[in-house]
Amino acid sequence: MPREVLDPDKSTVDTASVEAGLDALDAPPTGSRSRRNLFRAVVSPIIAMVITVVIWQVLWSAAIWPEYQLPAPLTVGEQIWKITQTGQVWEFLWVSVHRAVIGFLVSVAVATPLGLLLAKVPLVRAAIGPLISGLQSLPSVAWVPAAVLWFGLTDGAIYTVVLLGAVPSIANGLVSGIDQIPPILPRVGKVLGAGRLDSARYILLPAALPGYLSGLKQGWAFSWRSLMAAELIATSPQLGFGLGQYLHNAMSLSDMSMVMAGILLIFLVGVGIELLVFRPMESAVLRARGLSGAL
Amino acid sequence: MTMTATLEATETAVRLTGVRKTFGHGNRAVTALDGIDLRVAPGEFVCLLGASGCGKTTVLNLIAGLDEPSSGKIELTTSRPAVMFQEAALMPWLTAARNVELPLRLAGVRKADRETRTQELLDLVRLGGVGDKRPHELSGGMRQRVALARALASALDGNRGEAASLLLMDEPFSALDAITRDVLQGELLRVWQTTRTAVVFVTHDVREAVRLGQRVVLLSSKPGRVVQEWSVTGLTGADELDAVAEINARLREVISSHAA
Ligand SMILES: Nc1ncnc2c1ncn2[C@@H]1O[C@H](COP(=O)(O)OP(=O)(O)O)[C@@H](O)[C@H]1O
Ligand SMILES: [Mg+2]
Repeated sequence: MPREVLDPDKSTVDTASVEAGLDALDAPPTGSRSRRNLFRAVVSPIIAMVITVVIWQVLWSAAIWPEYQLPAPLTVGEQIWKITQTGQVWEFLWVSVHRAVIGFLVSVAVATPLGLLLAKVPLVRAAIGPLISGLQSLPSVAWVPAAVLWFGLTDGAIYTVVLLGAVPSIANGLVSGIDQIPPILPRVGKVLGAGRLDSARYILLPAALPGYLSGLKQGWAFSWRSLMAAELIATSPQLGFGLGQYLHNAMSLSDMSMVMAGILLIFLVGVGIELLVFRPMESAVLRARGLSGAL
Repeated sequence: MTMTATLEATETAVRLTGVRKTFGHGNRAVTALDGIDLRVAPGEFVCLLGASGCGKTTVLNLIAGLDEPSSGKIELTTSRPAVMFQEAALMPWLTAARNVELPLRLAGVRKADRETRTQELLDLVRLGGVGDKRPHELSGGMRQRVALARALASALDGNRGEAASLLLMDEPFSALDAITRDVLQGELLRVWQTTRTAVVFVTHDVREAVRLGQRVVLLSSKPGRVVQEWSVTGLTGADELDAVAEINARLREVISSHAA
């Protein structure tokens, strides 16, 4: 077999076209996301919700449970309409959401260096790794009594509970993101001339991003949950009036339609922020790497 | 005594003198390499041939500075050789062009220069049109060519152009199908002729070694030593087939000596 290099003119042309053909045949198809996917992602949850409301309506009409245990969907809707009309709903939402966002951001600021330390310093990991994982499975509502005794009925107590709920899951997300980096990538970085800092900036952090993002998403869920637990238990005039306090009031008034309105609002905020903020971020990151999966 | 020095003389791209490498300690120690002597001239294409587990990857890791020899001396003219692995190992979050650009960015090359250089290298591996694609949108052969362009970027520009370049390749085509491998071998020769970088190419495939290399160096297994060398520059037709047959026979001999 003659070597191509000895016959550059002819063989170069041949190789070029063979190669172009191979590239065309071999490259994975780059299908754009179909309309059916969009339909599935947007329309199917709406249908599921409609069905839920219909079942609820039917159960209510059957009058199996008394009104004070199962109010009509419409009564709950009116309850939400009422606080929207008076503008109170914006106050509840503002108080709760701004607390959750501040708590979440502080958690990110604490958990990110903590996660880097846990992932990169074996001694730190051996010492407090199990503790952090354990905290993640401890319901953060368990911290409310302690936080109230430490800080009294203040914002400090509420943020303590939120941080104890969110920090472990964000830190653990970052740790698992770093653990899942294929070992070949840092080696490639090294042979391409990356020092420790460059390696962290150009290789480790971007490579760990998917795990970090899923940690952030979970961290948000934990912030929101912990905040609601704290607001529900620690109620006092100087704490302002958030969704948790609204729910607490509803319970004191034994007003089931108000209770359900509160639950609905809490649910909508939690899901809404996940769908509007975290899901698009996560799917953009995953899609760029060809890992889109079911998203 | 371990040392990695920079060569003064320009007639050598890399020189290994009595390089030994032992993994582990005590009675669980494995001697992977036992006294390797090897010299590669600037611009020379050398193939390291040997059965699986004979220490080929270990040799490349030592030259690349990813590992330290237990004893012996490794001298390089370039401060940092470029390496291409069996897998393309592209950064999945970067486009093909950004991957090629990465070593230039790490070396602090100016943005405008980086862009021209990246485009030149992508054109060189005939991927000029797919610079904005992500690794997962490319075929295995295309990814390996992006990896080649990236390695060349680090070989030719990564040292701020100060020293002669060296490209280390660890079975870069062995995971590809036969047609793609054949085409890429031709591409590599073309790129090598264009860039005139020295290449140390590791393979367990005798035909690949004879086709690509100017010199074929056969390693024995457990521990790895240099068994024999052949000069295979410019062999064609029957001569090339003879060389393949001869080296193959010697390789089989070396491997069967382990049966006992
Ligand atoms: N990190 C390591 N620890 C222990 N043994 C190793 C390590 N790396 C390689 N070896 C041993 O060294 C020998 C040579 O390995 P390697 O260089 O990978 O061979 P090749 O690339 O020729 O297949 C093998 O016997 C292998 O088991
Ligand atoms: Mg190997």
